[in-house]
Amino acid sequence: MYRYDEYDQQIVDERVTLYRDQVRRRLANELTEDEFLPLRLQNGLYMQVHGYMLRIAVPYGLISATQMRMFAHIARKYDRGYGHFTTRQNIQFNWLRLEDTPDILADLASVEMHAIQTSGNCIRNITSDEYAGVAQDEVIDPRPYAEILRQWSTFHPEFAFLPRKFKIAISGGKEDRAAITAHDIGLSVTRNAQGEIGFRVLVGGGLGRTPIIGSEICEFVPWQHILTYAESILRIYNQYGRRDNKYKARIKILVKALGIDEFRRQVEADWANAKDGPGTLTEEELNRVASYFTDPDYATLSNHNSALNEFKADNRSFSNWFQRNVKPHRVPGYAIVVLSLKKLGVAPGDATAEQMDQVADLAERYSFGELRITHKQNLVLADVKQADLIRLWKEASTSGLTTPNIGLLTDMISCPGAEFCTLANARSIPLAELIAERFDSLDFQHDIGEIELNISGCMNACGQNHIGNIGITGVEKKNHDEWYQVSIGGAKGNNSSIGKIIGPSFTFNQVPEAIDRLLQVYLRERIEAERFIDTVRRIGHAPFKEHVYATTFEVEQEEVTDKSVVTPAQYSVPFYSPRF
Amino acid sequence: MKIIKNKIIMEDDWNVLRLNEQETAEDIVVKPGKQIVPLKVWLAQRSTLQLRSDLGVWLASDERPETIKDDLQQFSVIAVDFPRFADGRGYSIAYNLRVHLSYTGELRAIGDVLRDQFFYMQRVGFDAFAPRPDRSIEDALKGFSDYSEVYQVSYDQKLPLFRRVQRKGRLATGSVNE
Repeated sequence: MYRYDEYDQQIVDERVTLYRDQVRRRLANELTEDEFLPLRLQNGLYMQVHGYMLRIAVPYGLISATQMRMFAHIARKYDRGYGHFTTRQNIQFNWLRLEDTPDILADLASVEMHAIQTSGNCIRNITSDEYAGVAQDEVIDPRPYAEILRQWSTFHPEFAFLPRKFKIAISGGKEDRAAITAHDIGLSVTRNAQGEIGFRVLVGGGLGRTPIIGSEICEFVPWQHILTYAESILRIYNQYGRRDNKYKARIKILVKALGIDEFRRQVEADWANAKDGPGTLTEEELNRVASYFTDPDYATLSNHNSALNEFKADNRSFSNWFQRNVKPHRVPGYAIVVLSLKKLGVAPGDATAEQMDQVADLAERYSFGELRITHKQNLVLADVKQADLIRLWKEASTSGLTTPNIGLLTDMISCPGAEFCTLANARSIPLAELIAERFDSLDFQHDIGEIELNISGCMNACGQNHIGNIGITGVEKKNHDEWYQVSIGGAKGNNSSIGKIIGPSFTFNQVPEAIDRLLQVYLRERIEAERFIDTVRRIGHAPFKEHVYATTFEVEQEEVTDKSVVTPAQYSVPFYSPRF
Repeated sequence: MKIIKNKIIMEDDWNVLRLNEQETAEDIVVKPGKQIVPLKVWLAQRSTLQLRSDLGVWLASDERPETIKDDLQQFSVIAVDFPRFADGRGYSIAYNLRVHLSYTGELRAIGDVLRDQFFYMQRVGFDAFAPRPDRSIEDALKGFSDYSEVYQVSYDQKLPLFRRVQRKGRLATGSVNE
C-alpha cells in the first residue's frame, strides 16, 4: 500500500498543528462556533447527538494492521471502546471530546493517517473497489489513480468551499463495485481500442433527496489528463452550482439543469486552457505511486486443496462461511476473505477495540499486513492462502467475525440513525437489529440468496437506501413519530437503478413484516435461480405492493418518547454530551 | 484602515463603494478619490469613470470576471467580495482573472475574509486582503504559512509537487509494519 514520503508526512503534520491552533482559538472564543464549523468539518469533526463525532479517512478503504491498531487505541483512549465503519470506507468515533481531537489527529499522523476533508463542502475521501488489485475481473488496478487523486484533492485551494460536498469514486473491474454511478464524479479505469489506459467519466450521480444515476461526460479521458479534466468539472461546479438551497446544491442538480451536453461544453471550454499544461500527470509520477501497489510476495500455489474440500464436506458452518464470505482471487491458491461486521445484536459496521486488534493480528498472519474496509461496512483480508482458510476461520470465529452472511439479507447497510445523528428522522441501528432477529435463520437467508437491504434514518441517504434492492428510509412526520418508507428495485453495480417506493410508510415495528411480505412474493414468483432484484425487474412493483398492503399489520407499538435521548443499545453507560 | 498586502500590514486609503437599497448603479455619484466601485457601477458609468486616474472595481461572488476582460488595464485594483466565509466562488473568480485573463495588478479579497482562508486565497492569486476589522490583523498574518508544501497546481505554484521535486517510490521506504 501507499507510504508517505517526507512531503506527505509534512503536510499531515502541519495540518495537526493548524487544527490544534484552531481548536485553541475556538476554546478561547477567538473563533465563533459559526466560523469554527466549516473548519472543523473540513477535518471530519461533527457535533452529533452524544458528543463530537470524528470521521477518519481511510483512503480508498485500504489500511495496514498498524493503522487498524491505532483505531483500537483511539477507541480505548478517547472513545468507548468502539468504532463504526461507514459506507464510505471510513471509520467514525462517536463519543469524543473536542479538547482531545488534536491529540487524536497527532496519533493518526504518526501512522500516516488523517481526517482531512472527510466532511464539509469539499472534495471528500475517494472511494474505490474493495477488491482492487485482487479481483479476477480487474482490467486496471485503480489504487494508484485513487492515491494520485487523493493528493491532488488534498487542500486544493480553489475547491475548499464548494456549494456542497463532492464525492469521487473509482473502479477498475469489469463489474463496478464502487457504485460509481452514485457519485458526483464516477471514474472507471479502462482501456480503449488502442490499448491505452484512461477513464470513462461519469458526472452528477448521487443519492440523497434527489437520487440520480450519473451521466457520461466523457467516454475516454486518457490517464495523463484526469487531474486537469476533474479540475475543470470542479471549476464549473464551483462557479455555477446553486448556493441558495443546500438541497439543490449538489453537482447533479447543476448537470440536470444545464443538461449533460451543455455541462460538457462548459467543462471542455475550461479544460482547453489546462489540457497539456503542467497539471498533466507524468509517467514518472504514475510509476512512483504505482510502485506501492505492486503484488506482494505471492507463493506459487495451485487452487486444488483437498484438505479444504474435506473440511468443507464435514463442517456445515465452515462450508456456509466459505460459500458466502470467501471470494475468488486472481492468483491461484489465494482467496479474498470478507470478515462480517453484521453479527446479530451488533450495529452494522461496529467493531470493538479488541476486534480491531484481532483483525490486525489476522492481517499480519494471513494477508501481508493489510486490510480493506468495504462500502457494505465489512472488513476484507485480500490475500489469504487457501491453505490458511480453516485456521483463519477458526481464529476469526472467536472474535465474532465469521457470520456467514455476506451478500445475504442480514448483510445490511445501515447509517447510524437518530440515536447518533442530528439529521436523522428515525432510528436505523435498532431497526437493522429487529430485521436481523426476524430473519436470523441461515437456511432462510441462503434460500433467499443475494439481496441488498439498505437502511437510512433520513432522506440524506447515507445508508444508500436508493440503491438497495430493498431500501428503507426514515421519514419526518408531523407528530415526530418514526415512520419508514420502503422501496424496491434499487441496485448498484453495472446495472444500477434507483428504487421506487412501494406505498404508504410503516411504523418501526411494521417494517420487518413488510419485508417478510416482499420476500413472500419473491419466493412465490421467482424462476429458478433468479435473484430478488431480477424478479422485481421482471414482474414489476405491482404484485409486491398488492401483497404488502393486502392485509392489516398487527404488531405491538413500542413507545419512544424522545428518540434522540435513547441510549444506544450497545452502550449501557450514560453518555457525555456537549449539547446539554 | 489597515490591510495586508504582499504579506505586509499597511495603511490603505481605498474606499469600497457598496450601494444601499435606494441607490442604483446608474444614479450613484462616485465621490472623488480612490474608489473601488461595484462592477454594475463600472458598467453603467464607464464613460466617466474611465477618465479617472485611480479606479478600482469589485466583483460580487455571482459576477463573471470575463465581463471586464477588455477593461483590466483600467483598474488599479480589482477586489472580489466574499459575502460569506463559506461562499467559495471567489476562489474560482480569482483563478480565472489571474490564469485565464492574465490579470497582473492588485487582487484584493474583501468581505467575510478571515485568516483561515488566507492560505487558499493567496494560492489562487489574491495578493491583498482586507480582513474583517473585528479580528487582530497581526494574528491574521499567521494564516499565510499554514502549510510549507502543496501538491497541486494553482496560480502561485505553476508546477505540481511531482514536477518540482524528486519523490521516491516504494523501494526507498520500509513496510508500514516495520
